[in-house]
Amino acid sequence: MIRSQRWKGAAFTVPFQLGFVFLYLLPIGYAVYQSLYKVQQSGLGLGGGTEEFTGLANYRQGLTDSAFMGSVLRVVVFACVQIPVMLMVSLVLALLLDAVTSRAASRFRILLLVPYMIPGVVAAIVWINLYSPDVGPLTAIGDAFGFHWNFFVPSMVWPSIGNLLTWHGIGYNMVIIYSALQAVPRELFEAARLDGASEIRIARSIKVPYVRGALVLTGLLSIIQMLQLFNEPALFRNVTPQTVNDSFTPIMIIYNQAFNAGNYHYAAALSVLLALILGLASFVFYRLTSREAD
Amino acid sequence: MTLTQDRAPKTSVRRLNRPDPRARSRGGQRFLLVGLVLASVYSLFPVWWLIVAATKDRTGLYQSNGLWFSGWHLWDNLRQVFTYEDGIFLRWTANSLLYAGVGSLGGTLIALATGYGLARFDFPGRGFVFASVVGSFMIPIALLTLPLYLLFSEIGMVDTPWAMLVPCLINPFSVYLAKVYTESTIPYELLEAARLDGAGELRIFFSIVLRMMTTGGATVFLLAFVNTWNSFFLPLTVLRGENNWTLNIGLYNWSGKRLESGVDLTGLVLTGALLSIVPMAVMMVAMRRYWKSGVTLGALK
Repeated sequence: MIRSQRWKGAAFTVPFQLGFVFLYLLPIGYAVYQSLYKVQQSGLGLGGGTEEFTGLANYRQGLTDSAFMGSVLRVVVFACVQIPVMLMVSLVLALLLDAVTSRAASRFRILLLVPYMIPGVVAAIVWINLYSPDVGPLTAIGDAFGFHWNFFVPSMVWPSIGNLLTWHGIGYNMVIIYSALQAVPRELFEAARLDGASEIRIARSIKVPYVRGALVLTGLLSIIQMLQLFNEPALFRNVTPQTVNDSFTPIMIIYNQAFNAGNYHYAAALSVLLALILGLASFVFYRLTSREAD
Repeated sequence: MTLTQDRAPKTSVRRLNRPDPRARSRGGQRFLLVGLVLASVYSLFPVWWLIVAATKDRTGLYQSNGLWFSGWHLWDNLRQVFTYEDGIFLRWTANSLLYAGVGSLGGTLIALATGYGLARFDFPGRGFVFASVVGSFMIPIALLTLPLYLLFSEIGMVDTPWAMLVPCLINPFSVYLAKVYTESTIPYELLEAARLDGAGELRIFFSIVLRMMTTGGATVFLLAFVNTWNSFFLPLTVLRGENNWTLNIGLYNWSGKRLESGVDLTGLVLTGALLSIVPMAVMMVAMRRYWKSGVTLGALK
């Protein structure tokens, strides 16, 4: 390639690079910088504060902040239940789609993708109203079958949010797993059938191992999303503020520290911590799943 | 020819030639279909409930069976949504359309140029640019949004449409998709031929590359549009006054009014929620052929 062409090629990426510096690198640098300072109140706190360099003090505070670490633990425990359930359902649906005629498959694929097209806020609004004892049908249905459930009490709030996330997510995950399934060479199934393998055996021993990559990917995306859970609990908080308090998830704490407590420095430190936790969680997940594949 | 051609035609031709082994057992098929029907019911009944709820008046909403109609008050509800507080809902709709439409269009153009540059030129630092694109997928939104809020308030951009539009222009995922599309759509030979004919690089990009990337570009645009339309944390952070709000923030605010001031806007919230799905549904149906490939391609490559 001629030298001048290389630079012209680089020029195509310049607008992006400038924007990336302004909208990604600069903010991250600014957050790290902010996280090293603290507002020190002078006197009685009436004269306003002065910013003082405090090094890693905000990070030390974050790591020992039981509300923050508790919220991290809360979403991690929740993720360990909800993500496997959601991926399992998605996998089963993808296998079902793969086993029916292609006409039926394309119809059901569209139907099952409908929730994915609904904005997250709207999905939360719909389910909160379905759960509501005043307007939603689920309480009446539960009563008819003898379950007197209340979806907003502390013990039910995670299952309620979990169901909402599962409903919203299975279509997308199913499509990814399904397209991975489509790439499996069909000859493998023929050969297995000739050897007398049942369809279930084929699904378990050929199809599932083949889509492991897609499962790892959807799992990773779900973990990243889960650690940043915000919209759904924020809307639940509108109905049941006693159960879903303002330190329910890590991002809710960060938002409140920044905008309600006005403590940007601490909020910045917590967001850097959350980024590190996210990186660590993804790394651990990736190592665990790729070791299994060997 | 292009990536987005579905796999379906190929397989159906093959299936004509020999019997579909899947059709072997009728009973088995029926069993599988029952599973899919149950899953579809689970997927669809909340949407059905929302549609039904939007046709009811207050009494109907609270007292009738949620899964079936009682009375027809859809037009009333729509009128209420659009006239409440001097038609603020219409303003939010226009804002959402502006941010998602203009922001995604600009973002798509920048992404296509960047993806093309990354995929078809070899320049020093290329690997670094691509690594930062992929690496940025892992950055939590809070880490970007809070300092952005502070920076935007320094330069007086908070609470203006720019605070939503500017971040939409830079979308690493779009760049990633654009690079993948370029690799499979634009052959090196074509670029060489154009250069031999004396075309400049800019001209090649605008009159050949962009034209050949219509399908890929449409997918990038669609996904960026959906992303912006659905965004919640960014607008909640950078838009303070309700005149610049998006539909999502408006609906969130309405649904919180009951606790805040005892005003029950459930009917408005539900009708508004249904309305906010409409552009998404139109977009999805109109561009079905594009997004089906886009969703899976972005995930698998």
